[in-house]
Amino acid sequence: MLSFYVHIPYCIKRCGYCDFNTYTPSELQDGATLEVVSGDYIDAVLKELEFAPKDQVPTIFFGGGTPSLIPPRDLGRVITAIKGRNGLTDDCEITLEANPDSVTAEKLEGYFAAGFNRISFGMQSTSTHVLKVLDRTHDPENVKRAVDMARAAGFTSVSVDLIYGTPGESLSDWQSTVTQALNLGVDHISAYALIIEEGTKLAAQIKRGDVASPDDDLMADMYLYIDQACGFKGLKWYELSNWAKPGFESRHNMAYWKSANWWGLGPGAHSHIDRKRFWNVKHPTAYKQRLFDGLSPIADSEELTDEMRKSEYIMLSSRLRTGIAKRALTIAQYERMADHIKSDRIIDTADALVLTATGRLIADRIVADLLA
Amino acid sequence: MPAIQISKAPQPAATNPAQIRNFCIIAHIDHGKSTLADRMLGITEVVEARNMRAQYLDRMDIERERGITIKSQAVRLPWRSGLDGQEYILNMIDTPGHVDFTYEVSRSLAACEGAVLLVDCAQGIEAQTLANLYLAMENNLTIIPVLNKIDLPNAQPEKFAAELANLIGCKPEDCLRVSGKTGDGVADLLDQIVAQIPAPVGDPHAPARALIFDSVYDAYRGVVTYVRVIDGHLTPREQIQMYSTGVRHEALEVGVISPEPLPSKGLGVGEVGYLITGVKDVRQSRVGDTITSYQNPTTKPLAGYKDPKPMVFAGLFPLDGADFPLLRDSLDKLQLNDAALVYEPESSAALGFGFRCGFLGLLHMEIVRERLERESKISLISTAPNVVYQVTLEDGKKFVVTNPSEFPDGKINTVEEPIVKATILAPSDFIGVIMELCQDRRGSLLGMDYISEDRVEIRYTLPLAEIVFDFFDQLKSRTKGYASLDYEEIGDEPGQLVKVDILLQGEAVDAFSAIVHRDKAYAYGVMMTGKLRELIPRQQFEVPIQAAIGSRIIARESIRAMRKDVLAKCYGGDISRKRKLLEKQKEGKKRMKMVGRVEVPQEAFVAALATDADIEKIKAARKAE
Repeated sequence: MLSFYVHIPYCIKRCGYCDFNTYTPSELQDGATLEVVSGDYIDAVLKELEFAPKDQVPTIFFGGGTPSLIPPRDLGRVITAIKGRNGLTDDCEITLEANPDSVTAEKLEGYFAAGFNRISFGMQSTSTHVLKVLDRTHDPENVKRAVDMARAAGFTSVSVDLIYGTPGESLSDWQSTVTQALNLGVDHISAYALIIEEGTKLAAQIKRGDVASPDDDLMADMYLYIDQACGFKGLKWYELSNWAKPGFESRHNMAYWKSANWWGLGPGAHSHIDRKRFWNVKHPTAYKQRLFDGLSPIADSEELTDEMRKSEYIMLSSRLRTGIAKRALTIAQYERMADHIKSDRIIDTADALVLTATGRLIADRIVADLLA
Repeated sequence: MPAIQISKAPQPAATNPAQIRNFCIIAHIDHGKSTLADRMLGITEVVEARNMRAQYLDRMDIERERGITIKSQAVRLPWRSGLDGQEYILNMIDTPGHVDFTYEVSRSLAACEGAVLLVDCAQGIEAQTLANLYLAMENNLTIIPVLNKIDLPNAQPEKFAAELANLIGCKPEDCLRVSGKTGDGVADLLDQIVAQIPAPVGDPHAPARALIFDSVYDAYRGVVTYVRVIDGHLTPREQIQMYSTGVRHEALEVGVISPEPLPSKGLGVGEVGYLITGVKDVRQSRVGDTITSYQNPTTKPLAGYKDPKPMVFAGLFPLDGADFPLLRDSLDKLQLNDAALVYEPESSAALGFGFRCGFLGLLHMEIVRERLERESKISLISTAPNVVYQVTLEDGKKFVVTNPSEFPDGKINTVEEPIVKATILAPSDFIGVIMELCQDRRGSLLGMDYISEDRVEIRYTLPLAEIVFDFFDQLKSRTKGYASLDYEEIGDEPGQLVKVDILLQGEAVDAFSAIVHRDKAYAYGVMMTGKLRELIPRQQFEVPIQAAIGSRIIARESIRAMRKDVLAKCYGGDISRKRKLLEKQKEGKKRMKMVGRVEVPQEAFVAALATDADIEKIKAARKAE
């Protein structure tokens, strides 16, 4: 089996907190429109596809950037190509990341017809002042409209992404965001604590003291709140930052966390095949150039040693509801967890160690303790 | 031409004392002593023009860079006087220019009959120069006042001539005016040295007595001892004896510095030169000691011999524990050349293994530290410097405390601390801020005098402990760099002193214990607990940080329990990045120190102890990596 990630490295505008590998048309070419810079992008992606193995495909995920900027027929070309070349499983999950502002009923119908069956909207927050700090352009009202349109278009699995811990966001701002997100009747929620990434506009604003740095304790309370609120509405956590109704977990993301094989198409995209991780050149122009010259876009790779794989297993499984299998631990590692178990940060089940909500909040610390 | 060809000049061991003039130059840092000395080397032609380099006599990089002389030198300069046309031998004895080395200065002065008081006529006299001037006057040296840098556009020779005249009781017009830079007036100065400074007097037939005014370790030759012969003579191959220790050595080589070492047939009365015995450690050839003949020893040693006494103590620790053996070797090496440096191994829960070191003063400490870092490339962290306390318990038991962690626990009767008399020279505009600073540092005013119409000398007694921390920096910053400071120890006095411990989750962290005045204990406690709260990362439990005097808590902070330590996102490309981060953390964990259950990165301890200058240095080192 081989999952595919398809990177769409374009946005109309760069958000102040974002350090993803994405570009606005004018960043790529002065005064250019999206059509101009992205015109031959799908051609390049299809060329890269030829380098990938031909295993059957259980999931495809279009992320970005803003995939919903690209017309359904273009994204559809990628799906069709993968389908024709590798074959899709019957229940293949095909996800589109979408900006609630850049979708219309017609477009959503187009994506559905192209093969997409799961959609994830970047909602972030319902507080206008929070969205302003994040530099997001959408009107919170658009999210409800977009979710309804997606349902009408035929999408049976709808998710929203939320961000908490934005400077200026209070606990009650967050509570209201979570309540409204759950009231949309979505099947899945991802909620991420805001990370201030070096080099972003927001990082610069914090450095200058224009906005306050996010507070860890407040973010911890926000996390505990959403975990509980989702639980009440039947969305259970299955990964540290993800909650879903049973059966609506993102199978694509689970492939990452279970170290399955996946291939990332597009500039800067990472792949994992067996014991090898590799990644493409970062810039779209360089990426396209390589492919049109008939070359592989891979920039670098690493071969995972047994020790690295063990570390990755602990790092990833600690974030999952299924927990860390005890058989993967040494007795010494297990014994180091005694304090966490006693303090209710870890539940010690028959065959696994599963982090509780307070444990998840310090998951990196627990992993560090395990690997020490 | 008043210079004399060296080969035709009077030779060592065969020079009539009447032809000899021994002098030193008393000057403040930057007042141009080295430049004047260079000029004298040139004008007497002992150094050929093509071999000349700036600050010829300053041997160490550190000396050149900081413009200070740490070790003295003595150069033999032949000179034909322009006044009487006679040949003379001038021995110029360079003196260290800093308060920490007062004793060394006093021995250099004891080797001379006269002193050139050199003052920058754009700046006026400085406190340490004044202190050395008084020392020279107490030694009955003939003082020749000289205003240097007369070529400067902002020179004020009249003003400072009046100041000097006032200080030494001469007439303003007696002050010579020179420019070390252009050479103006230097020949005249040499003539005046001949004319004014008395020739040395001694008994050539008496048992040999020579004063050691410096000794320097040389990697090739072993210890080079600088001496001034008072009576008798020293000859090569002769058996000599150190008066204080009675140890016998053979004088393998005797010579003069001219300005490179030049072996001679010996040294006679009044002569200044060097002696090599093959010993490897300057502590066997101590400044101030008397050298005499083993066969025919003197019974009357020269006055004034003192063991160097460390006044300031601090722990020096390598930032990287693996550097400990290197630090030990480097200290051993440094001690070969520095009889005043003392150290013993110390281990700290917070900082690992290091050394408790004793220094003559702050500059001495700084120089030692800088030399260790520079010459051995060890990054060091030092604990806050402290002085020596005499602690008496109620049961009469006495302790000498050089490390706060040795402060006794029992019921304390008295704690005595060293007191100094500090002299500060500054423009009168700064009297207010200086008095405020001294008052704040438990000083009491002894007196104040105007040394010229707008410059004052302010005298205070101050506890040495108040000076060793950042007094000098404060003084400089509050007076825009215009004030200068000198101090001398005047004895111990009891003080209201207490030991403040800093506790992390109830456990004392040794490196932060400090002996402070009772009135300042609270401020120290608040400062240190606050600093540590910022520096120590949050743990999974709340960590109280307390400052305590004995069992009484005087300040308290707490590090709240860590509640969030997780990166929210972990998708495709994040996985490698996160794994690498974990690997890095794992390395970092090895550098963690445990204080009870609390994990503290060594950097936190280092940052808590570091001065701003240290932090800059650490940053620079990180960047270089």
